[in-house]
Amino acid sequence: MTSQTMTTLWIATLGTSLVAFLLKYSGHSVPERWLSHPRIQSINALIPIALLSSLVAVQSFSEKSQLMIDQRLIGLSAAIIALIFKAPFPIVVLSAALSSAAVYNWL
Amino acid sequence: MSVSITVGAYGVAFGAAAVANGFTVIQACLLSLLTFSGASQFAVIGVIGAGGSAISAIATASLLGVRNALYGVIMAPRLHVKGLKRVVAAQVTIDESTGVALGQEPRGIDAMRKGFWYTGIGVFVFWNLFTLAGALGAQAMGDVRAFGLDSAVPAAFLGLVWPRLTGNFERALAVGCAIFAIAMTPVLPAGLPIIATAFIAIAVGLKR
Repeated sequence: MTSQTMTTLWIATLGTSLVAFLLKYSGHSVPERWLSHPRIQSINALIPIALLSSLVAVQSFSEKSQLMIDQRLIGLSAAIIALIFKAPFPIVVLSAALSSAAVYNWL
Repeated sequence: MSVSITVGAYGVAFGAAAVANGFTVIQACLLSLLTFSGASQFAVIGVIGAGGSAISAIATASLLGVRNALYGVIMAPRLHVKGLKRVVAAQVTIDESTGVALGQEPRGIDAMRKGFWYTGIGVFVFWNLFTLAGALGAQAMGDVRAFGLDSAVPAAFLGLVWPRLTGNFERALAVGCAIFAIAMTPVLPAGLPIIATAFIAIAVGLKR
């Protein structure tokens, strides 16, 4: 979709992998009291909510820093409906993909 | 079994989404082998796909990876492993393995350890096989929009965040961050609107 250079992709791939492992390993190695503070625990529960929600929004309604509404709105709506009906993850993703593809191909 | 099918579906979605966002099949597989943390991996390809820099992508993925460190803190005293075994244990310290291990806690330390290792290694194998399948599938597709893959990525993020929206406070934070990120997208460099919402979460968490 976007024209990122190969170098950017490699740095992102390997950099993320390195930090991800260091985070995991540090958890197994630092004294428990460093990270068991209740405030750290509660912030840690909120960060994924913030990041994942903003990723949903940006991935649904933008393209290269421009806001845009297209077939992804239909896909996202289908996913929300599936989640409201407590569908399992594969159904959520499939209903988004199928409805979005239908709009893209036939409208 | 149901864990395996779910992990498989996430793996296929990740592999396909990675290729749809410009990553090669090898990069998609390396992310699953080395990063091995679903939300972080989706975040990297999401930020890069939105035009963000490598640094923004790494920062966003790492903020999501912090929780694995907290899982390690919980698991380390219960696993009690050293050297190479600790390296392996760290790599498979994820949502699923920690969750299953904690679920086994009433049945004793041996059941916990078993749950951790079986789940961690099982998910690792499934996740990587299905990433490869998804990446190869997407590579064969050509225009990924014709298959709805451009919508599969945000749907996958939504599927990841949905179970965390347990109360009105969490839902308000989610909606607020989504609106903030959209509003800032035309203004800030790509990737930054997403990272900025982590600081909203920290500020809200400190005040709460």
